[in-house]
Amino acid sequence: MTVITTPAVALPPANPSAPIKANRRWGTPVAYVVAVIVIGLMLAPVLFIIIGGFRTNAQITTDPSGWPSVWNIGNYLDVLTGGTFWRLVGNSLIAGLATTLGVVLLGLMASYVLARYSFRGRGLLYATFAAGLMFPMTVAITPLYLVVKNLGLMNSLGGVILPQIAFALPTTIIILVPFLRAIPDEIQEAAFIDGCSRLGFFWRMIVPLAMPGVITVGILAFIASWNSYLLPLFILNNDAVFTLPLGVQSFASQYSVDTAKVLAFTSLSMIPALVFFALFERRIVGGLTGAVKG
Amino acid sequence: MSVRENTPTRLEVDLANGGDAGTTPVAPTVRRRRSSSGGARVEIAVLVGPALIVFLGFVIFPVVMAAYYGFFSWQGYGPPTDFVGFRNYVTILQDPTFQEALTHNGIIVVLSLVLQGPVAILLALLLNRKLRGQSLIRVLIFVPYVISEVVVGTGWSLMLQTNGAVNGMLENLGLGAFTQDWLSHPDIAIWTLMVIITWKYVGFAVILFLAGLQGIPEELPEAAAIDGASFWQIQRHITLPLLAPTLRIWAFLSIIGALQLFDLVYIIWGQYIASTAGTSTMATYLVANGRNAGNYGYGNAVAVVLFLISLVVALIYQRFVLRRDTEGAITGKGKS
Repeated sequence: MTVITTPAVALPPANPSAPIKANRRWGTPVAYVVAVIVIGLMLAPVLFIIIGGFRTNAQITTDPSGWPSVWNIGNYLDVLTGGTFWRLVGNSLIAGLATTLGVVLLGLMASYVLARYSFRGRGLLYATFAAGLMFPMTVAITPLYLVVKNLGLMNSLGGVILPQIAFALPTTIIILVPFLRAIPDEIQEAAFIDGCSRLGFFWRMIVPLAMPGVITVGILAFIASWNSYLLPLFILNNDAVFTLPLGVQSFASQYSVDTAKVLAFTSLSMIPALVFFALFERRIVGGLTGAVKG
Repeated sequence: MSVRENTPTRLEVDLANGGDAGTTPVAPTVRRRRSSSGGARVEIAVLVGPALIVFLGFVIFPVVMAAYYGFFSWQGYGPPTDFVGFRNYVTILQDPTFQEALTHNGIIVVLSLVLQGPVAILLALLLNRKLRGQSLIRVLIFVPYVISEVVVGTGWSLMLQTNGAVNGMLENLGLGAFTQDWLSHPDIAIWTLMVIITWKYVGFAVILFLAGLQGIPEELPEAAAIDGASFWQIQRHITLPLLAPTLRIWAFLSIIGALQLFDLVYIIWGQYIASTAGTSTMATYLVANGRNAGNYGYGNAVAVVLFLISLVVALIYQRFVLRRDTEGAITGKGKS
């Protein structure tokens, strides 16, 4: 958090210096037993939600922890064919993509200046952005709600997107500045000698070269937005603009008697995050570890 | 002549790097002499402007306003006029409900460290050995961390209801005597919360520790093994001390996260049950007594208290624990 130095692009292989022979060993059985138990504990609640969605309410009432006697896909079909789920996914996608785009664009521009321009007040500017790390959204949530209200952005996704961009900027800038600074000066010199303007250099060289850092930052912003709860809770009061987390909660209270359907809805809403995680696992884990490795 | 302008001297470069909070020791950056001229200023303004406006407008301004509103009794209509000085703060600190919430935060801070720390260290030590399917294990342990708090909260509260899956499973196993009202029994609810928190966030700790372990040179444990040290001796006397910086940073993140805990509690216990079940936190108190009660001035004062407590804890931690790892990082003055 406060000690980010270089954005790691991916985890290094477990033991780069270990001889190949050692990698072929299976290791101690204890480790496997522990690993299996832990994974079982980690996945059990997730599986409960997914499998629960295949049961009927009668089954859940009579035997809450049982296996589905008949795998009933009706709950899932209901959710998938109803409009609510897709509207929520759409809203979450819009909020997530807009936040990511905004964070990456604004963060990259500001980081470029902080990394490669020299001017008075640069240190102050950097410190201002870095200070943002000290303020969690919880602290500012009430005035933030008033700012959004005064801008007329209540019940619109824009009212969620703009604050999310703002609160993601500190991390983004702290990750991107060292990244941009590490781009060799020779490239910059060569571009200028060839008559490239500094803004042209930004678009043609910096943006492509900073891609790995940009992707890490973008993924972090997207996941944060996708899972965000407190801000949408304050800003969005109309279910037409609900994002997925709000939608899951309102669905759960609205259909509280229909447990099976709630479980189906919840497990479907978890899928996008899981797929996204599976696709970008290396970058997410790498970004997190890179951020903390002093 | 533009070519001449584009190749600055090294001297300018070193001057330009002064006073920067960044600490990465990279080669001095080449900068053009024009940096103080009008053109560069326009570029700087165009590039930094949007980010700065959004940041000041949606982060700094609301934070400052929170401090300001905290001195008023104000229901959110029109500008605040009823200045009450420190009365909101006195009320907060004397309110038993707030004191309970603060106590819960303290318990959560300590239990998070005590429960997640050892478990995560053991798991990381085990997983750091040569294992088949290591990367798959790593991904699966991390799954709860990626799932949103709302999904986690909804799923767990369904499982933990008195007629939910956990009690059902206990009865099926013949352990019916152990069934509990996991969510609303005041002695148990906080432990239920801790189990959920541990489940959700331990993967994050494991991933951090694994990264830290992989930074330890192979040669040290190998040399110790040649000298006859056992696996656990090696972990105790070589690996753990070398992992200490990672542990300290994880503990810092965990403490701050526990102080600001909101989502899980609010989703599972709602705003009202949380205080009777003994799981309310400062942040749920803030939302319940601020916006939901319509007392915006009071809510902002709570936010300020929450922030100051986090800040003091962060500074103390920084002063006494993190000092050797990241000198001055939290106070913003990079030592460079």
